[in-house]
Amino acid sequence: MQEHDRSFVRTEMVADQAPPVSDHGLLSWLRRNLFANATDTVFTIIGIALVVMIVPPLVQWAFISAQWTGSDRTVCATLAQGGIQPDGWSGACWAFVDAKFQQFMFGRYPDEERWRVYLTGFLFVVLLVPLLIPSVPRKGLNALLLFGVFPIVGFFLLSGGAFGLKPVATPLWGGLMVTLVLAYVGISVSLPLGILLALGRRSHMPVVKLVCVVFIETIRGVPLITILFMASVMLPLFLPPGTSFDKLLRALIGVALFASAYMAEVIRGGLQAIPKGQYEGADALGLSYWKKTNLIILPQAIKLVIPGIVNTFIGLFKDTSLVYIIGMFDLLGAVRQNFSDANWASPQTPITGLVFAGFVFWLFCFGMSRYSIFMERRLDTGHKR
Amino acid sequence: MKTVFKALLGSAVFAVAAGSASAATLDDVKAKGHVQCGVSTGLAGFSAPDDKGEYTGLDVDFCRAVAAAVFDDPKAVQFSPLSAKERFTALQSGEVDILSRNTTWTISRDTALGLNFAGVTYYDGQGFMINSKKLQGINSALQLSGAAVCVQSGTTTELNLADYFKANNMEYNPVVFEKLEEVNTAYDQGRCDVYTTDQSGLYAIRLTLSAPDDHIVLPEIISKEPLGPVVRHGDDQWLDIAKWVYYALLNAEELGVSQANLEESLKSDNPEIRRLLGTEEGTKLGTDLGLTNDWAVRVIKHVGNYGEIFERNVGAESPLKISRGINALWTKGGLQYGMPIR
Repeated sequence: MQEHDRSFVRTEMVADQAPPVSDHGLLSWLRRNLFANATDTVFTIIGIALVVMIVPPLVQWAFISAQWTGSDRTVCATLAQGGIQPDGWSGACWAFVDAKFQQFMFGRYPDEERWRVYLTGFLFVVLLVPLLIPSVPRKGLNALLLFGVFPIVGFFLLSGGAFGLKPVATPLWGGLMVTLVLAYVGISVSLPLGILLALGRRSHMPVVKLVCVVFIETIRGVPLITILFMASVMLPLFLPPGTSFDKLLRALIGVALFASAYMAEVIRGGLQAIPKGQYEGADALGLSYWKKTNLIILPQAIKLVIPGIVNTFIGLFKDTSLVYIIGMFDLLGAVRQNFSDANWASPQTPITGLVFAGFVFWLFCFGMSRYSIFMERRLDTGHKR
Repeated sequence: MKTVFKALLGSAVFAVAAGSASAATLDDVKAKGHVQCGVSTGLAGFSAPDDKGEYTGLDVDFCRAVAAAVFDDPKAVQFSPLSAKERFTALQSGEVDILSRNTTWTISRDTALGLNFAGVTYYDGQGFMINSKKLQGINSALQLSGAAVCVQSGTTTELNLADYFKANNMEYNPVVFEKLEEVNTAYDQGRCDVYTTDQSGLYAIRLTLSAPDDHIVLPEIISKEPLGPVVRHGDDQWLDIAKWVYYALLNAEELGVSQANLEESLKSDNPEIRRLLGTEEGTKLGTDLGLTNDWAVRVIKHVGNYGEIFERNVGAESPLKISRGINALWTKGGLQYGMPIR
């Protein structure tokens, strides 16, 4: 047998080559994602133009030209406006936020009693954080403390008048503290009450059903601002003269009832999405109504409507600003109230104040939204795409 | 700002409420140890929080003066910030003892709403502001024919504006906004030639413009807005106290008694000063009022006379720099006239 010449056969593997330039690297990524066709290219260019137009001036305004320290309007006003800045200057007046920061957080809560607010906030965080982390044990006890014990402790801590604490009237409360109190009460009342109302609306008992429907439809049919206004302006006229019914309490009740009606409809959406078989299966097992609801229906229904629930919470958190019309100052109210301080009146003050308030609101709402996404993923058991 | 809606609602509601007020406010005030004072939710120079959250302003100082007269302590006062809509209910229902909240004195409020005005602590009125760089040579509102006018919607300001231009056979283009901030921005960006609102407000707004010195407030005042403290109908003693605290502030300025020279004034031989300060032998002027004879001394010691209050909050010593104008004493050509204390 003649030996074949196999010199043309490789004896080792060819080294891997880099993929073609058109398929990897920055350029290819850009082409595939930003310039794939004419439409994409146009939108990319428009997008870049917008970013270039908006971001540098924003950074310039908010950080580079911004005024960080100062004690009155002169630091945030140009020479023509009676200040010290060169003409044509435009920058954020963070000095205003700095000077008023305590008010934005606590309203007019007395200085020497502020530790009570800090303590309440600390207790709240200590109780809330473990409740939000799924792996921490003893959820039942934790929830009981946060929603059963904490409101009582918080009430006495903040308003005082017992246990040797100096009373602090609610008109002195304000700022972020009021926003959080309203949101906490609104959220922790509206979820259970909303569930009850939703169940009531689907109940087969005519009276329960009628009461729930009338409540939900009445409250949903009226704007929150009207409810607050009625509570603040009309209510005192019907009470005997001299009785004053705390304004914050009125607002709290109004906000909580309002949120409950909306929550009820969100939960009802979830209840309706549960297939009839689930109810029938539970009945077939011989479960009572409450067992069926607690063990089979609600866990599935609530999981389905988490986005809707959080949506209502976020809406509620932002709606708390409406208490401004009844002369209470939440965060936004406190910021706006301070625009009227002539010592700080300058063209930059209102913008800076509103940007600050917007940022704080965003922090809280974004936090809630991210947590709800985390929760949805965790509870995802086959419904999601 | 005064909304038309509010007036309608107010008269309907308060017709029911009128008469429910309790008498002897002074006794109530003494019993609880402080005066409950209704102020604005925020109006530059009249009631606004300072950096420490303490209320300051002309309206606020009046309440401090009342507290000083009753308790010899300007801090014996608690403030209730009230929105325009709820202010009268708050007074009627007894939530506040006195309402010092840039409230215009009108007949319907005095009668149908069952209120009593104690005096006029600030004579305001609707005015015009223009950009003098843009509209050169204009120094009277009568030259404003054809101008674009920025105004807040739903206020009496809007109605007064229409009346004024119609009465003078002039044309104008209203540029109307819902929110005050929007009106300010529109005016600052030159979307209209003229800004109209209460004059005291114009001075405050001027501070927030990009070039305040270019803008002038025209001399014409087209509406009467006498602003003063209000008390409930049916308690004459409390009304007297509010009224005479106000007159004492004016008389003190007229007689040259101020916070600074109070010590010397107490030794003065001038009979009028002696009557005001209660240093006269056997005087009963203060006790007849239900207070002590040194009531006016207390007021001046703690808050100063009317001139001092004015300059400190809205006048030359404040950023607003409003001139005294018609708020000067009658002896200087203004309208502020303190009734004789004797």
